[in-house]
Amino acid sequence: MDTQLYLDLYYQMVLIRLVEEAAAQLYQQGKIGGFLHLYIGQEAVSTGLISARQPQDRVITAYRDHGVAINVGIPAKEVLAELLGKATGVSKGKGGSMHLADVQRNFWGGHAIVGAHLPIAAGLALGDQYQGKDAVTICMFGDGATNIGFFHEALNLSKVWNLPVLWVCENNQYGMGTAVERASAVDEIRQKALGYDMPNSRVDGMDVLAVRQAALEVLEKIRAGSGPHLMEIVTYRYRGHSMGDPERYRQAEEVKRWQENDPIGIYRRYLEGQAIASADDLDAIDRRVEQEVAEAVRFAEESPEPPPEALFEHIYAE
Amino acid sequence: MARITYREAISKALWEEMEQDPSVFILGEEVGVWGGTYAVTKGFYDHFGPKRVMDTPIAEATIVGAAIGAALTGLRPVAELMTINFAFAAMDHIVNQAAKLRYMFGGQFTLPLVIRTVSGGGRQLGATHSQTPDVIFAHFPGLKVVAPGTPEDAKGLLKAAIRSDDPILFIEHATLYQTRGEVPDEDYVIPIGKSKIQRPGRDVTIVTYSKMLELSLKAADQLAKEGIEVEIVDLRSLRPLDMQPVLQSFKKTNRAVIVEEGWRSYGVGSEVAARIYEEAFDYVDAPIQRVAQKETPLPYNRTLEQMALPQVEDIVRAVKEVL
Ligand SMILES: Cc1ncc(C[n+]2csc(CCOP(=O)(O)OP(=O)(O)O)c2C)c(N)n1
Ligand SMILES: [Mg+2]
Repeated sequence: MDTQLYLDLYYQMVLIRLVEEAAAQLYQQGKIGGFLHLYIGQEAVSTGLISARQPQDRVITAYRDHGVAINVGIPAKEVLAELLGKATGVSKGKGGSMHLADVQRNFWGGHAIVGAHLPIAAGLALGDQYQGKDAVTICMFGDGATNIGFFHEALNLSKVWNLPVLWVCENNQYGMGTAVERASAVDEIRQKALGYDMPNSRVDGMDVLAVRQAALEVLEKIRAGSGPHLMEIVTYRYRGHSMGDPERYRQAEEVKRWQENDPIGIYRRYLEGQAIASADDLDAIDRRVEQEVAEAVRFAEESPEPPPEALFEHIYAE
Repeated sequence: MARITYREAISKALWEEMEQDPSVFILGEEVGVWGGTYAVTKGFYDHFGPKRVMDTPIAEATIVGAAIGAALTGLRPVAELMTINFAFAAMDHIVNQAAKLRYMFGGQFTLPLVIRTVSGGGRQLGATHSQTPDVIFAHFPGLKVVAPGTPEDAKGLLKAAIRSDDPILFIEHATLYQTRGEVPDEDYVIPIGKSKIQRPGRDVTIVTYSKMLELSLKAADQLAKEGIEVEIVDLRSLRPLDMQPVLQSFKKTNRAVIVEEGWRSYGVGSEVAARIYEEAFDYVDAPIQRVAQKETPLPYNRTLEQMALPQVEDIVRAVKEVL
C-alpha cells in the first residue's frame, strides 16, 4: 500500500468525524430537522470497506449513511447541504440525512425502512449478473436489521441464485436501545449465514486496515463467482441512535471503554508507529479537514432552498 | 377532570387496563427499556416487568402475527408498531390474517387484539416516515380503525379497544402527543364507531379526525370572527364509519368540507362525500370540498413539506368556497 493511500484513509475517517460533529451542531441550532443518525465511532467500517471496492461495485446502505457518502466521494458540502434540505444537496433537499444517494458514484442510497434495501441489493446484483458485468454489490445494514424477514429472504435468494453480493452487517451492538443479545438468537451475526450455507466472517471494525484487507479478499472471491458472503463487522456507535436519544439502555462506562479503542486514534498510532506518517503530517490533515468542513458548512448554509415547483418534480419518470 | 396530554391519556389507558386485567400485555420495538419511542410506555417496564412489556426484535410481521396468535389463546395483546409506515412490513398479517380469521373460519376465532401505531407528517422525516395512510387500513372489513384527535377520546377509545374482542388498529398522531385537554379521572370507555360533534355551528359542516381536528378547530375560530359558524364532526373511527352525526349536521348546514391529512385520492373525503351525496343529495347546496395532502410523497425540506400538508388557511378557503 502506498503512503498516499494510508493517508487518504486517515483523511476520510477524520472527515467523517468532523462532518458528523458539524451536523450535530447544526441540529442543535435547529438547522437540521427530522432524524440525524451519526456515524461517529464507526468510521473505520465504511472507510475500510469502500476503499476495497472497484468503481463498478455498487454500494447500498441504511439510514446511517453519512460516512459511506463521504467514502464514495460525495463532497462534504453536498452531504451537509442535503442535511440542511438545500437544493444543492445530493438528493436536492428532498431526502435529508437518511436518504443520501449518488448514482454517478455507484452509491444507491441510504434507506430508512430497516432491512428493506436488502432485497433491492439482491436485485442490483442480479442486474449485474444478468448483464454479465464484473461488479459486486456491497450491501451494508445494522445488527437490528438481521432480525427482520427481508434479511433472511434476501440472503437465501442470493445464495440460491449465486448473486455477487457482499452482505455487510455493521454490528454496533444495538438496534436503537436493544442490545444484540436481547433481540437476536445468535450473538455473532455471521452465524446467520450458516442457515443459508453461505461463507461468512467476523472482522474488527475499529481497525480500518483489517476491514480493508478482509473486504479486498472477499470481493475478489465474489468477483470470481463464489457467490454471496456475509461479513460481520464489529463496531460501536458513540452517540445516541438519533439525536435526542435518552440512552437509558447503556452505561456511560461502556461507551467510554469503546472510545478508548477509537478507530481514528488506533490508526493514528499505527501510522506514527510504523513511521508511515509523522504527527505533523497527521496534524496537517486534521487542519485541512477542519477547514474543508468549515467551508462545507458555509456552503450548505448559504445554498438556496429548493424552489416550490420541486415539490412536484420526480414523482414519475413520465 | 384533569388537564393532561394526549400522550399521558394513552399511557394512563394502557396502565389502567394492565392493572385491571392480567391478560393485557404489550409487545413491540423499544416499548420496554427505552420506554417507547414516543414515551407512551415510559415506566411500564419497571412496573410491569419484561413478561408484560416485551421488547421485540425489529420484525413487524411477526410482532403482529405473534399478537394474533396470543390473542387467539385468550390474551389481550397490545402490539405497538413504532409508526404506521412500518405497518406495511406487517401488511399480510394485518390484512390477510387479523381482518379475516374470524370470518373465514365461520366465527370460531376471536381476536381481542389492539395494534397501536403512529401516523402523521410534518416532522421532516422524509417520504417513507411521514405518511398518513390511515384510510388504506379502513378498506378492509374485519378490521376496525380508530384514530382519536383529543386526549379524552384517546383514553376512552383505547380502553374500549383493549376490552373489545375484535382486532383494532389504533392510530395515534405523532404531533398530537403534547396536546392537552380535559380528561375524566374515573374509569370510562368511549364506544368505538361513534362520530362526535366537537364544535357546534350552523353554516358549514367540517368532517375530520385526528390531527386535522386541531387544525379545523383553529380554522373555525378564525371563521367565527367573520361571523361564519362551522360545525365540526370528528369521525374518531374510520371503520366503522358513523355517518349519522355527519348527515344530521349536513341536513342543517347543506354544505360540507372534509379535512384529512392523507392524500386526497381515494381518501376519507372521497368516502364521506360519496355517502353524503348518496344519502342526503336533496340537501346539497354546494359541491362538497375536500382538503387533503398534495399528491406527492413528502419531501424532507421543511418548506416543501409544509406546502404539501393541509394548513389552516386551506380549510378556511375551502369553507368560504362552499358558502
Ligand atoms: C421496518 C422498520 N421498523 C422499525 C424502524 C425504526 N427503526 C429505525 S432504526 C432502528 C434500529 C435499527 O438498528 P440497526 O439495524 O442495528 O442499525 P443501527 O441504527 O444500529 O445502525 C429501528 C427499529 C424502521 N425504520 N423500519
Ligand atoms: Mg445496530
